[in-house]
Amino acid sequence: MLDISNLHVSIDNKPILRGIDLTVKAGEVHAVMGPNGSGKSTLALVLAGRDNYAVTAGEVRYLGHDLLTLSPEERAREGVFLAFQYPVEIPGVANIYLLKAALNAQRLHRGEAELDAVDFLALVRDKLKFMGMDEALLYRPVNQGFSGGEKKRNEILQMAVMEPRLAILDETDSGLDIDALKVVADGIENMRSPQRALILVTHYQRLLNYIVPDRVHVLSQGRIALSGGPELALELEHRGYGWVDAGKDSRTGVMP
Amino acid sequence: MNMAVSNLYLNEFSRVKTALPGQRLPWLTNMREEALASFRTTGFPTLRDEDWKYTSVARIEQGHFSLRAATTQPVTARQIETLVLPDMQLLVFVDGHHIPTLSRIDALPAGVTVASIADLLEREPETLQSLLTRQSRGYSSGFAALNVACMADGAYIHLAEGAVLETSIHLLFVACTDNLASHCRNQLIAGANSRACIVEHHAMLGAASYFTNVVTSIAAGSSARIEHHKLQQESPKAFHIAAVNADLNEGSHFLSSSFALGGALSRTDINVTLSGEGAECSLDGLYMGDGRQHMDHHTCIDHSKPRGTSRELYKGVLAGASRAVFNGKVIVHPDAQHSDAFQTNHNLLLSEQAEVDTKPQLEIWADDVKCSHGATVGQLDDNQVFYLRSRGVDDSAARALLTHAFAAEMVDRVGLASLRSRLDRLLRERLPQSSEVLS
Repeated sequence: MLDISNLHVSIDNKPILRGIDLTVKAGEVHAVMGPNGSGKSTLALVLAGRDNYAVTAGEVRYLGHDLLTLSPEERAREGVFLAFQYPVEIPGVANIYLLKAALNAQRLHRGEAELDAVDFLALVRDKLKFMGMDEALLYRPVNQGFSGGEKKRNEILQMAVMEPRLAILDETDSGLDIDALKVVADGIENMRSPQRALILVTHYQRLLNYIVPDRVHVLSQGRIALSGGPELALELEHRGYGWVDAGKDSRTGVMP
Repeated sequence: MNMAVSNLYLNEFSRVKTALPGQRLPWLTNMREEALASFRTTGFPTLRDEDWKYTSVARIEQGHFSLRAATTQPVTARQIETLVLPDMQLLVFVDGHHIPTLSRIDALPAGVTVASIADLLEREPETLQSLLTRQSRGYSSGFAALNVACMADGAYIHLAEGAVLETSIHLLFVACTDNLASHCRNQLIAGANSRACIVEHHAMLGAASYFTNVVTSIAAGSSARIEHHKLQQESPKAFHIAAVNADLNEGSHFLSSSFALGGALSRTDINVTLSGEGAECSLDGLYMGDGRQHMDHHTCIDHSKPRGTSRELYKGVLAGASRAVFNGKVIVHPDAQHSDAFQTNHNLLLSEQAEVDTKPQLEIWADDVKCSHGATVGQLDDNQVFYLRSRGVDDSAARALLTHAFAAEMVDRVGLASLRSRLDRLLRERLPQSSEVLS
């Protein structure tokens, strides 16, 4: 589903990603871990189409097409979803309008009829219930005045409504208490399907207690320094990131 | 002033003066002559005048707008149907002249008088004599003088002590004739404990080029509650100069809003004097410019007596090569202790060519007061645009949506339902892409 090869990305001429290779197949869940500043969020944002990053080399293929030539909105309609590390507040736009616009933009893109208000509300109510969210949140401005936990749940709600083929979740577990983490994790786990790929970008292992990934990658200094199975996450939890450095470990999956 | 222009106005005035309302009243004739003389001396404001340094009115000066003592333009009820605000009393003026057949004033509560100024000058001129005389001293600009000299009509609303006008009044000024100047004067006199809400609405039929010069005077008696909403939707070729002068007595409450959407050039001065203790005012405004539109708001809140409260929130959205001016002056006099004044102006520039000059101006002469102000000029937030796009919303729709949200705050603050829903519609028409998302 997703093929990233030799991806180099800079911001203001400063290299952030320095040769990422990553292949994610439909049905798989990959965890991308690493210390702060290793490039995890950059990778997530580049995949979603944030335009203040410059791709200086490499390519990203999504479902066989060049992903990097698509605008952020085209990516979204093609089934790429990013759950933001810091969900953005949009004062003056009620949550329900964004959800509906998001879903209908995708449906139109696929040649399907737009959902009317009644059908849409029925659909979104189901998802809300699953996320343990109050219907009143639909009518509040997007993320405005939401608690940290509500914002993250709202991201998962959007994902559940849009049913993406590729979802990238950028530190969705950060800032959540144990109960909220459980709800969010269940929400994510529920999205697991043979047709869908998930990339969990996370600093900590704790989300992976709930969602066991197929593969774990460790980013360090803009490269994948280590790749392994779910046990790698546990090892990181014990040993920290200090021992991981690009190219120094014998088990490194990808050599620079 | 340029001699040719001065003579032009003299000739125009001489041509119509005998047909102006109240021409048999010596006091009024004198007042008009004096005002004209004052205008001929001071002329139109220029960029050298501090209050006009960002707004050139040269195009008005060169405009050769003519006066007409009565309207000759037949306008039907159907033509103005879409302009009328539902559930309100209606007073219609066409090219600055009251048209009774288009107006609709239902039974008014006791103590409430609604009339046209022209009509009143014929029937009961003494009602207006002292009022107009008081207002005709020391003109703030050539426009104010010209308004007195050429005043042809306007609305007169009088509320006796304790009178409550439950139904709001819609003053609809429709302009439809090319090269015409209209000088209207509105008077709202609100007795103690009275309540009223009026909408001063300037609109057009047929996109003519004309010049509106309107002055609205409001006197709020003690503990009166008055709302004045101004909606400016002039033709894209029109020039609009307006003043709202409000005097607030003890404990009175004044709510003002000004929505500037149309016109080639528009200027609205809102002057509020808190002349009684504990008076309160709240001034809201929204200007939305596009193309080469120029929109200027000058507000002045004068705290003359103690314990007054003023709140002001103005927002601007400037697209294309439009330009806006916001000047918010707050004066707190030495004995106006415990005044509480707060002013904010936020501007959104949607293009490289759009421009805004915003200037808060606080003159505080009392020491025990709470006063603050803030002004911002910015663009749409890239993070917000990206967030919306990442959910599949087009770049242009995302921008329209965020612009809409920025402006809608001012619309949502309007309590008067029929005006609020009109403004909401106008905003959606202006930003159709956002309207699609918000439906």
